[in-house]
Amino acid sequence: MAGIPHEDYVPKTRFEQWLHTRLPIVGLLYTTLMIPTPKNLNWMWIWGIVLMFCLVLQIATGIVLAMHYVPHADMAFASIQHIDRNVNAGGLLHDLHMNGGSLFFFAVYLHIFRGLYYGAYKAPREITWIIGILIYLAMMATAFMGYVLPWGQMSFWAATVITNLFSAIPLVGDAIVSWLWGGFSVDNPTLQRFFSLHYLLPFVIAALVAVHVWGFHTTGNSNPTGVEVRRDSIEVAKRDTLPFWPYFVIKDLYALSFVLTVFAVFVWFMPDYLGHPDNYIEADPLVTPAHIVPEWYFLPYYAILRAITFDILIIDSKLGGVLAMFGSIVVMALVPWLDTSRVRSGRFRPQFKWWFWLFVFNFLVLTWCGSQPPEGLVPTISLIGTIYWFGYFLVILPILGLTEKPEPQPDTIEADFDAHYPPNGKGAAATPAE
Amino acid sequence: MSHADSDGDSTRREFLYVATGAMGAVAAGAAVWPLVDQMNPSADVLALATVEVDISGVEPGIQITQKWRGKPVFIRHRTEEEIAAAREVALADLKDSSARNPNVAADAPATDENRALDEAGAWLVMVGICTHLGCVPLGDGAGDYNGWFCPCHGSHYDTSGRIRRGPAPENLFIPPAAFVSDTVIRLG
Repeated sequence: MAGIPHEDYVPKTRFEQWLHTRLPIVGLLYTTLMIPTPKNLNWMWIWGIVLMFCLVLQIATGIVLAMHYVPHADMAFASIQHIDRNVNAGGLLHDLHMNGGSLFFFAVYLHIFRGLYYGAYKAPREITWIIGILIYLAMMATAFMGYVLPWGQMSFWAATVITNLFSAIPLVGDAIVSWLWGGFSVDNPTLQRFFSLHYLLPFVIAALVAVHVWGFHTTGNSNPTGVEVRRDSIEVAKRDTLPFWPYFVIKDLYALSFVLTVFAVFVWFMPDYLGHPDNYIEADPLVTPAHIVPEWYFLPYYAILRAITFDILIIDSKLGGVLAMFGSIVVMALVPWLDTSRVRSGRFRPQFKWWFWLFVFNFLVLTWCGSQPPEGLVPTISLIGTIYWFGYFLVILPILGLTEKPEPQPDTIEADFDAHYPPNGKGAAATPAE
Repeated sequence: MSHADSDGDSTRREFLYVATGAMGAVAAGAAVWPLVDQMNPSADVLALATVEVDISGVEPGIQITQKWRGKPVFIRHRTEEEIAAAREVALADLKDSSARNPNVAADAPATDENRALDEAGAWLVMVGICTHLGCVPLGDGAGDYNGWFCPCHGSHYDTSGRIRRGPAPENLFIPPAAFVSDTVIRLG
C-alpha cells in the first residue's frame, strides 16, 4: 500500500514464495497489519476496533437469530418469544444482538466526536470521512429495520413514522411511501422486505468498512497533534510511528476488554434497560402508543425533526422537519470543506474547543429533547439546539478558521511524544523503533 | 483517404457508440424495473375491499373505529356543540384550506359542511391517520381544539378534523364514503 514508508513483506518459506507469485494475499495482510501508526495515539483511537468488534458481533449473532426468527406479521412477535424462551441460549443471543446495536452506536458517536475534535476529516482524509458518514447512514438504516422485526408496538409505529418521512417529498412522496410499504399501510410486505434488507445491509457496511480502512491506510492515521508523520525515509518515519501489530492491537484489545465489561453488565443484568416496554405488546395498527420515541441513538435527530413546527416560505413544517433531519447529517458530511482552519487538532485551537464542547453538550440536550413529549419548553429547546447544530457547521467552523489564532504546534510527532515521555527519563516508554 | 471521408467515418462510429450505449441503457432499465416494481402493492393488496359499517348503535358523542385498507377509519356521531364549534370557524383561521374529501369537488374549501357526511353534520367519517407522520390521533375531545390530538409530534385537530396547530400539514383525510341506508355507511 502507498503512504508512509515501511518495510515490504518478504516471503520466506518456499510455500510463501509460491503463493506470493500467484496471489500476494499474505503481503496484503502483512502491510495492513504492520501499517506504521503514529505512536502518540491516545485512548480515543480505540473506537475503531470496538466498532469492528460490534460489526462482527452483530453479523454473527444476527445470522444465528435468523435461523429461528419468522419474518411474517402473524408470527414474528411469537417467534421472538420462542427465541427468548425455547431456543438454546436464544435469550442471550437476542440480548447480545439488541444491546450490540446500542454499543455500536455508542462507539460510533465517540468515534465521530474524536474525528470532529482532532480534525481527522481534514485534507487528505476527506474520502475516509465521507465513507465513514456513509457507514453511519447504513448503520442507521440497518438498526431501524432491525428494530421493526420484533413486530411490537414500537416496531410498528417506528416503521410508520419513519417511512412517512418520505411522504413529505413533493409530488411523488405518497407513491414512494406506498412503494416502501408494498401496500396502504405498514403490513406484512413491509416486514418481509425489512428483514431481507436488514440481512443485506451489514455486508454492505463490511464492504464500506474495508474502503474506510483502505482510505486511512493510504493517508496514514490521524493523531492527537494533527501533525503528519514524516515520510523522508523508513528510518525517519519509524521515529514517529510504531507498527499496528503488536503495539496498537494489544492496546485496543485491552481497551475493548473494559468496554465489554460494561457491555456485559447491560446484556446480563439489564438487557431491556435501553428498550421500551411497549415493544413487548404486539403491533396494533389501530392504536398508537401514547408516547412513541425511537431508540436512544436516534433521539437527537428525532428532536430536530420535531423542532420545525412552522412553515418556512414555501416549505411546509412537515417537509421542513424532514429536510432539517437529513440536512443535519449532510452538513456533517461536508465538514471537511466547511472548516476553514488549517490547524487540524482542536488541541491547538483555543476558541474552537469551546464551540466543540458546546456542540457535544448540544448533542446531549437534543438527545434529551427527543426523549420528551413535545410539550412545554421542549419544542423551543429543540429549535435552539437545531439552530446551533447547523450554526456550528455552517457559520462557526467557516468563520473560526479565519479569525482564530492557533497555538504553536509541535514540529513532529516524535517531539510531542518525547515531551510527554522523555526518552531517557525514569519510567520512560520503550522506543523499540530506534 | 480524404479529410471528408475520415470525418464521415468518425461520425458514423460515434453514432454507433451512442446508439449501442442507448440500447444498453434501455435494456438495463428494463431489466431493473421488475426488481423495483416488485416492491409496489401486489394484486391482492390492491384488490380494494369495500366495508359496510352498521352505525345504528352509535349515540351522539360516540366514536367507533373501523379498519379499512389496513388503516383505522374514525366514524364519529358528533354532538350539537361539536357541530356548532366546527361551523363557526372562519376559513381564514385554517392551516389547510382544502376539504380533503373525495366525495365532494376537489377544490372544495374546508368548511365543515364539505367534510361531514350528512348535511346536518352529525356524522364525521375520517381516516384516523395523522397527516404528519401517520400516527393514530387520540379522539373524544382531545387537544386544544377539542377534536383530535396526535401524541407523536403534537398536532391538534378541531371538531371537524381540520389541522389547527402542530407539524401536520393537512386536514385528516375523508375516505370515499356514503350512506347505504339510514344506519349503514359504506367505505371505499
